[in-house]
This record gives sequence, C-alpha cells and structure tokens, in this order.
Amino acid sequence: MDFLSLQEIHHTYFTKTSATTALSDISLEIGEGEFVSFLGPSGCGKTTLLSIIAGLLEPTAGAITLEGKDVQEASKNIGYMLQQDYLFPWKTIEENILLGFKIDGSLNDSNRDYALTLLEKMGLKGVEKQYPKQLSGGMRQRVALVRTLATEPKLLMLDEPFSALDYQTKLKLEDLVSNTLKSFGKTAILVTHDIGEAIAMSDRIFLFSSSPGQIHKTFIMPDELREATPFNARNHEAYSSIFQTVWKELESLEPANKH
Amino acid sequence: MNPQTNIEQGHRRYLQSLKREKKWVRFYQLIIFLVFFSGWEIASRLQWIDPLIFSSPSKVWELFLAKVQDGTLFVDLSYTLFETIFGFILGTVLGTLLAAILWWSPLLSKIADPYLVVLNSMPKVALGPILIVALGPSFTSIVAMGAIISIIITTIVVYTSFKEVDPNYIKVLQTFGATRFQIFKEAILPASFPVIISTLKVNVGLSWVGVIVGEFLVASKGLGYMIIYGFQVFNFTLVMLSLLVIAVCATIMYQLVELLERKLIKNGS
Repeated sequence: MDFLSLQEIHHTYFTKTSATTALSDISLEIGEGEFVSFLGPSGCGKTTLLSIIAGLLEPTAGAITLEGKDVQEASKNIGYMLQQDYLFPWKTIEENILLGFKIDGSLNDSNRDYALTLLEKMGLKGVEKQYPKQLSGGMRQRVALVRTLATEPKLLMLDEPFSALDYQTKLKLEDLVSNTLKSFGKTAILVTHDIGEAIAMSDRIFLFSSSPGQIHKTFIMPDELREATPFNARNHEAYSSIFQTVWKELESLEPANKH
Repeated sequence: MNPQTNIEQGHRRYLQSLKREKKWVRFYQLIIFLVFFSGWEIASRLQWIDPLIFSSPSKVWELFLAKVQDGTLFVDLSYTLFETIFGFILGTVLGTLLAAILWWSPLLSKIADPYLVVLNSMPKVALGPILIVALGPSFTSIVAMGAIISIIITTIVVYTSFKEVDPNYIKVLQTFGATRFQIFKEAILPASFPVIISTLKVNVGLSWVGVIVGEFLVASKGLGYMIIYGFQVFNFTLVMLSLLVIAVCATIMYQLVELLERKLIKNGS
C-alpha cells in the first residue's frame, strides 16, 4: 500500500457571489521516503491541496489516507512548513522549537534533548535563549525546520519555504533540507513555483494547471539528479534539458494572449 | 593615528551628542514648567487673571500643606485612588474577557455586534444617575462608573486585535493539533499584548473620568467631591489642588502601565 494516497479530491470555495472550484479530480500516490514537488502557476490550488493533506481543510469530495488511515486522525504525523518562518516573536528559540511538544503535552527531557540536538545539527548552537528577531532570515527558517522536525512527523509539507530568502541562502538551505530529510528518510511534499528548485530537490514533479487546479503532467527525475544534492543537481548536465521540458509545459499552460 | 581609535573617538562623540540632546530636552521641559507656574503666580498677584477663580500656585501649596497636616487630603485621595484602580482593573479585565468570549464564538460576535456599537456610542457618564439609584450612593456605584466607561471600548479594540492576528500563526499551531484554547493561549493573547497595553493606557484616563464624575454625583468624599464642593463654596484653590493631585496620580498610574509593558512584552529588543 502506498504511504500517502489521494483519491479524486475536489474542492470548491463558496463566497456570496460565486463558487470557485480550486481543485478538481486530483488523484496521486506518494511512496514512503519520496520527495515530490507540486509545481504550477499561482492560483492553481497548491496551498489548498496542502491544507487538505494536512487535515486542516476538509475537501468537498474525495479521500486522503496516510498509511491507510484518514488524515484527520493521522494529523500528528504531518509536519507543515510555511512560506515564512512564523516563529512566535515573544517566545525564545528554545520555546519555539518545543512548541509541538507543548501543544500535545508530551514535553519531557528526552524530547527537549532531541530538539536541541536537531538545532545543533542545523548549525544553530547557542541561540536557544535568543528571540527570533535577533536571527537572520535564513537562521529563522532553519529554526522553523527544527520546530517542524522535532515532533518527528512522517510526512513533511513545505509550502514555498525558500521563497522569502535571498538566492544564496536559498541554495544553502535547499541542500540542508534535502540532506536532512534524506538522512531521516522522511517523505516530503514541496510546493513551489520555481522550476529549478523543483528539479533540484525532488524525485517526482507534479505539474498543476490552474482554474480549476488539476494535475497536468508528472515528471520523473532521472536517478543521477535524485542522488545529487540540490546544488550539484543544478550543475548537472541533465538539468538544463529537463528544465527546458518543464518550462515548455508550463508555458503551454498560460493563456496565449498574456504577453 | 590608526583607524581603530578613530572609530572609538567617533563613537564617543556620538554618545556625547546624544547626551547633549537629552540635556537640552530636559532643560526646555524644566523651563516650560517654571514659566507656567511662575507665570500663573505673577498673573494672579498682579490681577491679570481673577485670583478668586484661578487661585495661584502659592495658595494651592499652602492649602496642600494644611490638608497634608490635618490628614484630610490623604483620606480623599485614598478613596479616589482605590476606586479608580479598582474600576480600571475591572473595566480592562472584563473588557478583555468579553473580547475573548466574542473571539471564541463567531456567531455570538455577529449577534452582539449592533449592541456593542450602540453601547459604545452611548455616553457612559449619562448612566451615572441610574447606577447611583440602582447600586446606592456608595463606593460600588463609583467603581461601576470607573469600569463601565472603559469596558465596551476595551472589548471592541481587543476583539479587533484578536481577529487581526496573522492566521498563519494559527495554522502553525493547528498543524501540531492545537485546541482552540491552546490557540488562544499561545498565539491570540500574546500577539495582542501590545494592543491590550495601549488600551490600558487609554483606560487609565477613562477610569479617572468615570470615578470623578461618579464622585460629583455621589458627593460625599474623594477628589471629585473636593472639586464639586470647592465649586459650590467658590473655593477654587481647592478645585485647583484636586486637579493637580489628580494629574500627578494619573501620571504615576500611566508610568506603572509602561513598566508593566516592558515586563510583559519581551521579544529581545
């Protein structure tokens, strides 16, 4: 059985004046330990889909199962990382990374040690007592990653987590996140509109078309790109031809009169 | 000369210029204070203003000393101070509590909305006579005045800030499976502390208004009573004394709120 499975997900938003179908007929399967990307133009319902997978939003129709269980029950196994760090500014770094334990009442010494070790692994030793404001954007996003990983979720969702960072920081963090997730054997879904990032980081790319959001095409990355770190993958000879292919598909999705 | 000492000197000069500016600010503040009080005194002595109505600082000071010596000032002051602090705390706590209930139940907040608007636009001091008849001409009705004047506006302002907390903080907590109470405690309330503190600052002033008006109406003791009594017997030195004492006490309360602000809002800045 697949690790995560989505069957015929539909979602419609209702407002006073209209009903907007954000997602239509989404079915996909993701294996354990796989890293996939949702790539698509803005407004294709990628974030909606993540919220549905995270169990934060109930789809209008369809079913999602994580290891055979409904996601509403399995939500503890899912970690969610947002576009910005959303660290709580009034909490210290330590309080921030222990938040997940505090919420489910499982905070104890071994959990605390684990979270602090993770922080150290991310190259952030000695910032525990500081406040988020005192850290740079890249450091804060790493803290947010620690906060998400600390509760040991089986599935990690990354909602454009690098989009608010400068290019250099973004490249470094891509490598860090990719290595960390690989070493823990985590399954991850990355939402992005950056083609390069999707190619460099993932095993498979789902290309979404918009209004309504649908899976347009699936790209499977060759082994040599999967095994390379995101930074090296960007320099790999296979990279640019895949980039061209994905780029053309993405272009074909846009209305012709746009430019 | 090496660049290091150059930087140090530059920094020293910068610190000195900061200090100098602070000195000038203090100097002008003192000048305004002295000009105001000596101007008042001179104008009163030379009869530029009617000394019967505007009194003078020296007369106020004499009365102050006399009332300190016979202890009557402290009796009145302690009544008013106690009522104000009590009304202030009651108004703020109940207002915040109401805001929390409204946040908890979106349906209730929709139902309550027009009533809040009506209650907010109504001049609360106009309720004074009703309160005094209902609760008796006593401590209770004066505290109620002090509280009622700030409670609705606190509810509205704090509730608005509860609603404006970035939904992504709530999302972070929801992904950890937080309950609605945990969301309130971990995100909504601490994120709204700055707004709550600034309503506290407004409420300091409002509670004084409520309590003084209450004391006008009940007219048995307190600084408000001192004012209304001074007005009735045409002793404006007494009125001025009350006003100055109120100004000093309200300022001290305001400073205490600022102290609380520094304690409560920590984010490493």
